[in-house]
Amino acid sequence: MLPFLARRLIVAALVALAVSAVAFGLMFVSGDPAVVLAGQAGRAQDVELIRHAYGLDRPIPLQFLSWIGNAFAGNFGTSLYFNLPVAPIIAERLSVTLVLGSAAFLLALVVAVPLGILASLKPGGTIDRIALMLAVLGQAIPSFWLGLILIVVFGVWYGLVPISGTESWQGYILPVVVLSYYAMPALMRLTRAGMIDVLTADYIRTARAKGASQPRVLLVHALRNAVLPLVSLAAVQFGLMLSGSIVIESVFAINGLGRLAWESLLRSDLPVVQAIILILSLIYVTLTTVADLINAWLDPRLRSA
Amino acid sequence: MKILGTTALAGALLAASFALAPAPAMAGKADDTLNAAFALEPEALDTYKIAGREGLILARHIYDGLLYKDLDTGEIKPALAKAWRFVDPMTMEFDLREGVTFHNGAKFTADDVVYTLTTVLDPAYGTRFRIAVDWIDKVEKVSDFQVRIKMAKPFAGAVEMLADALPIYPAAYFKEVGSAGMAAKPIGTGPYKLTEMTPGIRYAFERFDGHYAGSPKGKPAIGKIVVRTIPELNTQFAELMAGKLDWTWRIPPDQAARLASRVQIVNGPIMRISYVGMTVTGKGKDYPTKNLKVRQAINHAVNREAIVKAFAGGASQVLNSACNPKQFGCAQDVTKYAYDPAKAKALLTEAGFANGLDLEMVFAAMPRPVAEAIANDLGKVGIRTTLNEQQYAAGVQKWRAGELPAFFTNWGSYGTGDVAFIISNFFGGGADDLVQDKDVMELVNAADTSQDRALREANYSKALKKIADQAYWLPMYDFNINYGLSKDLTFKPHPDEFARWWLSSWK
Repeated sequence: MLPFLARRLIVAALVALAVSAVAFGLMFVSGDPAVVLAGQAGRAQDVELIRHAYGLDRPIPLQFLSWIGNAFAGNFGTSLYFNLPVAPIIAERLSVTLVLGSAAFLLALVVAVPLGILASLKPGGTIDRIALMLAVLGQAIPSFWLGLILIVVFGVWYGLVPISGTESWQGYILPVVVLSYYAMPALMRLTRAGMIDVLTADYIRTARAKGASQPRVLLVHALRNAVLPLVSLAAVQFGLMLSGSIVIESVFAINGLGRLAWESLLRSDLPVVQAIILILSLIYVTLTTVADLINAWLDPRLRSA
Repeated sequence: MKILGTTALAGALLAASFALAPAPAMAGKADDTLNAAFALEPEALDTYKIAGREGLILARHIYDGLLYKDLDTGEIKPALAKAWRFVDPMTMEFDLREGVTFHNGAKFTADDVVYTLTTVLDPAYGTRFRIAVDWIDKVEKVSDFQVRIKMAKPFAGAVEMLADALPIYPAAYFKEVGSAGMAAKPIGTGPYKLTEMTPGIRYAFERFDGHYAGSPKGKPAIGKIVVRTIPELNTQFAELMAGKLDWTWRIPPDQAARLASRVQIVNGPIMRISYVGMTVTGKGKDYPTKNLKVRQAINHAVNREAIVKAFAGGASQVLNSACNPKQFGCAQDVTKYAYDPAKAKALLTEAGFANGLDLEMVFAAMPRPVAEAIANDLGKVGIRTTLNEQQYAAGVQKWRAGELPAFFTNWGSYGTGDVAFIISNFFGGGADDLVQDKDVMELVNAADTSQDRALREANYSKALKKIADQAYWLPMYDFNINYGLSKDLTFKPHPDEFARWWLSSWK
């Protein structure tokens, strides 16, 4: 298990580093950051001053090396837009994103996995059909639309929840529901497919033959085997929820990491963009590594892989 | 079993909160709090480093300048300076107001003026717009309540700049914390003080009861202001309709019409104008826009009346000169190009393009439908236009490099009511000037560096006439803004796009 873990961690670190370097280069390909920073009223002379003031006139590889060096020392620099240290800004937004992402992820699992199991019991049955219909709707309805409809109904008409912002915890209710709804279909279908597959296996028949109860057959014998691909998918979904909820964050005016990344990209706030990309790629590789470890623990055959 | 109990409890609490959760206590008039929303995040609140309008609006509530311009009358009023005069053409003298205090209790004196302006005019400080400070050579203290500004060059916009665009910081505090400190905890003399801030997300203000008597901003009627960033317009509308938001702006015309029955919609014209710039010099490239007849044809080909009516709405109007009619020196008696496709075709034929021509037009910070309407009109007379939408930064970079024959975008003149802030940039010979007309450059530069209003007006007028005669631009229209307001709020929009909440009150 230890060599397996070490191998995984080295690969993970390399992936994060590579992502970071590519992202840095792309920032310069997409437009001259100094012009963006000068704003629309910025004249040519303002642009040159900014280019020099922020060291954007140095060779790009050199800029990257100095950035990564500082980052390793724990110094993420100062936001060019807010003129404040990057670390606390990101910490503030990351905490919002973690709450939103974790809550939505848990809600998605709590709904999708049992629903997938129930649907697998009788493929083509009533529960299965309802579950599949929900899954199709979940994949088809645009998230901003669902978000706005929920806002109008529960925020404007009934006034039950805040319309936007996360100043109170109630502000999280609608965005968590919307965000989780989009993770549900894939998780549900994978659970269902895995269970249908496993339930026809010989060892399930054996378990039934020796008199194991239905819940025991389902949850102990079948689910443990059906869950392997689900763990991998769940890790990716969780990563997506942390980094890719920009639309939902915008609709509900939630100031999470995804929106900060998007806004910072538009305004060429290099230090912030770089820090977020590094953090998100670390989160991603951590999640996939954890998923690999869980799978290795669940299925001894994977440990030698 | 214990876990189950906790879960059940949490579930019950959640259910209860759904039933009980009242509309969060925010409603504006009831608790004397003006709830405002921007779609864009304000920058760090050090005025000298802000490019975006959102941050500048907040900053003007916190800080004061030496002078103040009453936009309703056009009058320059004393602010932190109670009187000022030109000692000689290059020296301004200011008598400072006594008894003014900053939000942190510090007393305002000449030292604050000298230290603030001296600091920000050093290029190393990184003041965002050089034009704001590069006319100052040095600032000298005459006595505790008198200072002199020595100008580095004649600059007609000096008074305009000192009117609230160059705020005074408390010297001791500013010296100690620098720009980053001002960003983290801004301290000024303004009518409101910042009490709480989550950068880019939420800003809470409270009326500053120690705001100096005799301030041209006056004593605000509203006690508290909370400004939030709500990026999605539809969400802003929902907040507005639910009565949880009192002020928002930049509502598209079609949405404004729909909201008008539910909330208060106020429309006002602003300084920003849209135009199509055309490259004449080309920096080595030979564009058809080099040809006067082609430029005139373009001016005749576009049905600007129809475009303004269809897309801009509100108070917007078609422009003929290369500036906003509300600006000082923006002459209106210039050559006008009526919509006349036949004449446009004839001009193209005369120019040797009987079979039409191909034109690439980049547009930035303008709505696509408007760009498409222009391209469509041009196509009708044989100017086959390829549209290319770009981010403003990318577009302007190409423009300055001489890579664009035509660039459709807009310019806000820093919200300033003087043509110096628009035509000097595009026709004064600088990086944005791809016309490089020597006559125009001379006229503009002479006007820019004079304090004589009559002479300035005459020179700008001549320059604008030549610009129109030569059809260097296709001036499009001035912008207007829709504000969405609570029915309880009074708010007067101003053409410089600065919201002055200190003038607002509850009905």
